[in-house]
Amino acid sequence: MALPENKAKQKKVQLQICGVSKDFDGTLAVNNVDLDIYQGEIFALLGASGCGKTTLLRMLAGFEKPSAGSILLEGEDMARLAPYQRPMNMMFQSYALFPHMTVENNIAFGLKQDRMPKQQIADKVAEVLGLVQMEAYAKRKPHQLSGGQQQRVALARSLAKSPKLLLLDEPMGALDKKLRTRMQLEIVNILEKVGVTCVMVTHDQEEAMTMADRVGIMNAGILSQVGSPMEVYERPNSRMTAEFIGSVNLFEGELVVDEVGYVEIASDSLESNIYIAHGIVGSEGMALAVAIRPEKINISRTEPAQAHNKARGVVEDIAYLGSHSVYHVRLPSGFKVLASVANSNRQIASDEQQRITWGDEVFVSWSDSCAVVLYS
Amino acid sequence: MHSSWQKALSWGILALGFAFLYVPIIVLIVYSFNESRLVTVWSGFSLKWYGELFSDRQMMKAVGVSLRIAFMSATSAVVLGTMAALVMVRFGGFKGKTLFTSMITAPLVMPEVITGLSLLLLFVSLDQFIGWPGGRGMTTIWIAHTTFCMAYVTVVVNSRLREMDQSLEEAALDLGANRLKVFFLITLPIVSPALVAGWLLAFTLSLDDLVIASFVSGPGSTTLPMEVFSSVRMGVSPKVNALSALLVTGIASLTFVGWWLMRRQEHKRLADLQAAKRQQEMV
Repeated sequence: MALPENKAKQKKVQLQICGVSKDFDGTLAVNNVDLDIYQGEIFALLGASGCGKTTLLRMLAGFEKPSAGSILLEGEDMARLAPYQRPMNMMFQSYALFPHMTVENNIAFGLKQDRMPKQQIADKVAEVLGLVQMEAYAKRKPHQLSGGQQQRVALARSLAKSPKLLLLDEPMGALDKKLRTRMQLEIVNILEKVGVTCVMVTHDQEEAMTMADRVGIMNAGILSQVGSPMEVYERPNSRMTAEFIGSVNLFEGELVVDEVGYVEIASDSLESNIYIAHGIVGSEGMALAVAIRPEKINISRTEPAQAHNKARGVVEDIAYLGSHSVYHVRLPSGFKVLASVANSNRQIASDEQQRITWGDEVFVSWSDSCAVVLYS
Repeated sequence: MHSSWQKALSWGILALGFAFLYVPIIVLIVYSFNESRLVTVWSGFSLKWYGELFSDRQMMKAVGVSLRIAFMSATSAVVLGTMAALVMVRFGGFKGKTLFTSMITAPLVMPEVITGLSLLLLFVSLDQFIGWPGGRGMTTIWIAHTTFCMAYVTVVVNSRLREMDQSLEEAALDLGANRLKVFFLITLPIVSPALVAGWLLAFTLSLDDLVIASFVSGPGSTTLPMEVFSSVRMGVSPKVNALSALLVTGIASLTFVGWWLMRRQEHKRLADLQAAKRQQEMV
């Protein structure tokens, strides 16, 4: 689990964002963000729309000026460089391909601005077109291409100048769902082949988790958690992150037993205490929240043998989602627990499991180690 | 039964509407081929009025003056109008923007008589104080026409600039082009259809204008509408019919060619898009 983090730590820092804020007429769109991006990694800024992620990306590109803080690329301060002087390139959400130029000329545009010799431009254009497998379309105009093809051209254009940092703004935003999944992996393969450092912005957690080595969760201008996709999912550091990534059962409670080897947390939603099989930093009486992912919750008709972490409830709803089903179980307190059950189990499960249906009385339970304690 | 009546009625109204719009023009064209000197009495087919028109020096001179003024006014209106539209769309909020925006479009609704009179007064007082433009003539008509044509161009270019995806300009900046290059290599080519449309609009408006030109014209700078208007006052000559027939035919064919080119382009674009989609599915 900690492997990607260690791997990243051995690498050199490529981009440093130090205390960057952006103030739009009194509203802080980006609030004091500190972030290091390592060489060669794909980093995803993930957040709902209006959380400031795009503003942060635009500040990197130079389209917006930070109100405070500094941005260092390979140690060099970017503040005084105009967008056209920065050694970084961006792929826009709309792709922004120049409609009056052929694919070839679109890609050559940036190279021409550098006054590169003609032959060299031609070689470079051919190289990046090959990279995205679009050689056959060099003479086409953008409107003669489908969405997926346009995206490849846009990617080729932003890679043509061999930028020190590649910025992707909602890279899959303009594609339909089926194409999205295919292009996500394809783009990651291309980026890894080139070895470019990449910062992307997305509101789609699946996309971020598929493509990125590390993700940063942004909310209301604040970067609330940074880590590998697995870390932010399995060990969220706040209620906000836990609820933003995937769905979660969140029990508000209070620390009642604080021992070195275990703790117990009392919640109004549950009749018995939540037992956690490790010590935490905190003191008795402290208000906390406990997050448990739906797929970590077991559901059964008979009472499980374990001493803790179980509750009786009634199945109120079942959402069949193909690969898995989500059971909504109402507890006596009124709290609704979500339990996700993989449907591969359904086929081979005992009769008992199959018979769970609307209105049934069931037990939900979870193991001592899968709950996450949240302080904020 | 009921529906066929309805149908007949709606066709009838349509025909009536078209007749209202086009019968006068058709009559005018038909009478340009009239042999008789009297405009309203048909006496036989002839092309003699076309011959007379082309040998009328004064009329031909007026055509030349009008075309020259229209060309110059349209060109300068496009330059100034584009600049105004750019300021309105791209320069964000600045102090007095609302005032600027409404003032630049004011000539659209200003009565022509007032525009004409005020410009005349301006030119007269300019002459008194700085000795320029030195009497009235082509220059003053040109300036006057630029003033009101510019408002139209601004409106046309403004809407096109608003439609344009701003990330195109940002992408060019990002790829290393400075702002001036971005304007000439990206913005201008993309909004060029609007510039052409604005230019054509300004050209026709200038060619059309009688009122403003009458105020600010001087000796030797009689435009075509002024010439036609004054000759009609002397009694309508079928020459005017011939001239109008030529103008209508010219404008109609230009419009048709423009429409046809646009339609062909659109068809091609749709076909290309279809082809690209099919290809994508095959891959």
